[in-house]
Amino acid sequence: MLLRGPNGAGKTTLLRCCAGLLPVTSGTAEVLGIDLRTRRTAVRRRVGLLGHATFLYQDLTVRENVDFWARASGASIDDGVAALRRLGVAERLWSLPVQALSAGQRRRVSFASMVCRRPELWLLDEPHAGLDAAGRDTIDELMAAAAAAGATVLFASHELDRAHEVAHREVTIAGGVVEAAP
Amino acid sequence: MIREALLVAGKDLRLEWRSKVGLVQIVPFAILVLMLFAFALDPDRGVLERATPGLFWVAVLFSSVLTLQRSFSVEAEDGVLDALRLSGLAPVSIFWGKVAALTAQLLVLEMILAFGVAIFYGTTFHSIGLLVVVALAATVGIAASGAVYGALAARLRSRDTLLPLLMLPLLAPVLISATRGFEIGLERQAGGGWTWAALLAVFALVYLILGSLLFRPLLEDA
Repeated sequence: MLLRGPNGAGKTTLLRCCAGLLPVTSGTAEVLGIDLRTRRTAVRRRVGLLGHATFLYQDLTVRENVDFWARASGASIDDGVAALRRLGVAERLWSLPVQALSAGQRRRVSFASMVCRRPELWLLDEPHAGLDAAGRDTIDELMAAAAAAGATVLFASHELDRAHEVAHREVTIAGGVVEAAP
Repeated sequence: MIREALLVAGKDLRLEWRSKVGLVQIVPFAILVLMLFAFALDPDRGVLERATPGLFWVAVLFSSVLTLQRSFSVEAEDGVLDALRLSGLAPVSIFWGKVAALTAQLLVLEMILAFGVAIFYGTTFHSIGLLVVVALAATVGIAASGAVYGALAARLRSRDTLLPLLMLPLLAPVLISATRGFEIGLERQAGGGWTWAALLAVFALVYLILGSLLFRPLLEDA
């Protein structure tokens, strides 16, 4: 599902609410059958969030980062390795500290850290940002595969041409209010 | 919980090993503090000898604050704190992992400083058992209280200046007890050193319990 809207519309806030990182202060909200008003922390283990930040330790190597986040979420180290391969992160980069990578490479590693957790709900904030054409195609393939496997993918994007090719549904918000949800 | 705590502790120690901040910044700082005290008090060796336990622990406390700041600033960078909250790791495991890693780092620092006081101050160590227990209890107390306040200050812009302001008054009982324990252990003073060790253990226990209970809300508010 594509989430679109102008800057400041509330896309990132909505994604963070769905991830259980921000409290729902009014109205009702439910994610994966969990009421976010009362049990928002319970949803966290089941969602994957890719935001503007990398969510990576800059001094650790690529492999150490992915291993840590995989094991922290109960996945195996093999899951992390598989995710790195799937994201096309070259093996020669695995032993480099994250701070030595380009922005696009970091984005791929962030994605791998999220993918290896096998979340039921993918929350992606500008998933194509900073990636080259091949990286963007990889992300689109991953989103399509996740959706085909039964996960829900909610992503905010300003790259509407590309986003329309992937999304099955589209929601437009402005000023924190849903304007259109065909 | 133990597996998760070990995972966090291992990650923190690996981060320290990779960045070398402790080795190239904090250890030299601590040794510099010892040396400056030595320069300042050298004309009167008697004062320096009597003050050695206090000077040792002042150097440890100053260096601890830097170690604590480092430990939590890496969590505040690049959204890592959000990732930790999303990871499914239990906050209590994160707390115990942080305490374990901080304790290990501070113990290494104290060992280096012990060599420092032996070299610069000419200190000889007598009651090793008491000294080790006092150092261990004090270190766990510093690490546990530091983890609580480090999490509290983690995402504040002013955390670098706020943490010392919060920590140093809080650690005054540790400074006093550890200094008294070391004075007896180094035979600068007679008395029951184990009482001070027990006091330090109580301080550590209180903060271990507090941290276990409070780390979840602290992590949420960070």
